[in-house]
Amino acid sequence: MPNPAVAVAPRAGGLPKVGGLRLEMIDRGEGRPLLFLHPGIGIDANAPVLDRLAAKARLIAPSHPGFGASELAPSMTTVDDLAYFYLDLMDEFDLRETIVVGVGLGAWIAAAIAVKSTARMSHLVMANAIGIKVGDRETRDIVDVFALLEPDFNKLAYFDPKAGERDYKSLPDDEVTAAARNRESLGRFAWQPYMHDPKLKGRLHRIRIPTLFLWGMHDRILSEGYGRAYCAAISGARFEPIENAGHFPHIEQPHSFADRVLAFAGL
Amino acid sequence: MRVYHFTEQPYPAAWDHHQGSLRINLPNRLMDPKVAGDLFHRYYDEWLLADELGFDIMLNEHHATATCMSSACIVGLSILARQTKRARLLVLGYPLGHRPDPLRCAEELAAVDVISRGRLDMGFVKGVPYEFPVSNQNAVGVMDRFWDAHDFIVKAMSSHDEPFNWESEFFHYRHVNLWPRPYQQPHPPVWSTTGSPVNARILGERGYVMATLGTGYATRPLYDEYRKAYMAKWGKAPAADRFAYLGLVAVANTEAEARRIGKLVSVYLPSSAIVAPQFRNPPGYLSIEDNMRILRGNPRPRTGTKDGRFIDMRTAGVQELIDVGILFCGTPDQVYDQIVEFCDYCGGMGNLLMMGHAGAMSHEDTVTNLTLFSKEVMPRLKAYKQPVAEMVAA
Repeated sequence: MPNPAVAVAPRAGGLPKVGGLRLEMIDRGEGRPLLFLHPGIGIDANAPVLDRLAAKARLIAPSHPGFGASELAPSMTTVDDLAYFYLDLMDEFDLRETIVVGVGLGAWIAAAIAVKSTARMSHLVMANAIGIKVGDRETRDIVDVFALLEPDFNKLAYFDPKAGERDYKSLPDDEVTAAARNRESLGRFAWQPYMHDPKLKGRLHRIRIPTLFLWGMHDRILSEGYGRAYCAAISGARFEPIENAGHFPHIEQPHSFADRVLAFAGL
Repeated sequence: MRVYHFTEQPYPAAWDHHQGSLRINLPNRLMDPKVAGDLFHRYYDEWLLADELGFDIMLNEHHATATCMSSACIVGLSILARQTKRARLLVLGYPLGHRPDPLRCAEELAAVDVISRGRLDMGFVKGVPYEFPVSNQNAVGVMDRFWDAHDFIVKAMSSHDEPFNWESEFFHYRHVNLWPRPYQQPHPPVWSTTGSPVNARILGERGYVMATLGTGYATRPLYDEYRKAYMAKWGKAPAADRFAYLGLVAVANTEAEARRIGKLVSVYLPSSAIVAPQFRNPPGYLSIEDNMRILRGNPRPRTGTKDGRFIDMRTAGVQELIDVGILFCGTPDQVYDQIVEFCDYCGGMGNLLMMGHAGAMSHEDTVTNLTLFSKEVMPRLKAYKQPVAEMVAA
């Protein structure tokens, strides 16, 4: 049967192959490697946070398989699959002392990488992370974003909801394709169990590298309590609030976000 | 032609109280179980009457909705398997996309086939989009899971010599051995629905019965896709009995009375569309291309008239619904002519899925509608000679 899974984006044909997949990837700046893992809404190559990070590190910021214009292997169905993909990527590029930074879904992937191996990592930064279950069985820790229209999502996700507005009628085809693929891929990896891996919390003790939790305090997709509980499950992890930012502090407070990451990594 | 009587078994008493959604998030305190019990008995009485009048029977399943109380279609199938005498029992659909356990599906359906002594038609569907948040099954990759479940059920029904093993991407069983096995050999007929050319071709290759719902005069291109694939695989044109169409029906001795009933039965269309918008499009249900169209505010229209006009079924009046081939409405002569015109246009359509009741239509109106149809229209439809289109579009 034809696979209805995420169609390959039109731009993917010209992309470099990484880990066997055509991958859309920003590789910018020089110095220690910094692997930036984007949230479910994808990544904007022109985001100010990226230049700020690339000024002091070698910034590697891929679109996850299935997101943006990146190819998807049909066998990939879980965040663990993405974590193994990035472990392979770090091997393939021979990255050493890598600072792994993730936001939202990206932070979940980062944690899933770190519980498997931190051999190529020096620091872990997790911003407004999803990925674990904290509350009881009748408490939904993470707002059901698949049951929200985009304007309502923006109201909960951003300090200033205007930051999330996009006019799809005037955007070029590749950006609209990316938005559609991002949503489908988020569903692929996070529909059920919803936005978490029931096994992950019990494995977080394996993370023994310096870990920083950044938290956009205006996030109403996740609660501050969820972030603090997640942080407390990783030995020695530090929690730093970021004001005037919601679920995507790298977008709403790019300078503060980047400066904290770089300072934490000693750059 | 076969004619299946269909009602969604609605709970219309709650329809006046919705806040923009009859489905998914409408609180069930708006249902009075005593009223629901009476309604169920009434709907089964009408199906038993349909059995006596010469109709076949179709039922379906939906979840968390006041539009359809049949939340577990196996319940209705089981009752009708025992209580009806002769009607085919079509479940359309049986939502495999929402089912976590296809072994249970095969066991349920085989038992119904045996109890009904071989009268089951298995209409497998993936399920409507807004019910994925309820079943919590993933809409991403649902067609792969659908066909895997289908393959498993067919194998379970047609394997008789020893238990078998099934370890696929989606389902894992080690000792599959169906007791009872189905009455019809090798298994009950498989039906499905579609609105897409790709799926029409897949169904044509398999030779399954293909039903369309709400497609009006845009049905023909889908049938032609089926025909092309069927011809390529089987080397001949598919007979009309490979095609089914859901039509709303209102028949009466006068046109004015028929239009009164037509208005009542067509309430199905706007009521079906009352779904909180945030549940309508779970990720993965539609293709990337369709989602791009939605993001840009240009969704793909589905229902067309013969002359290519597109009709919004949620707001259309009785005459527009007749024009578009969604509603067959009028005196027996008019209804017969409308159905035959539709069949001819489609190049043959051998199974009319007749919505003979909807919404708050009374028992008396439903009985009159069914009885008049069975006496004045059905005999002529049985005698009607179907065209067998080779595949060339009209």
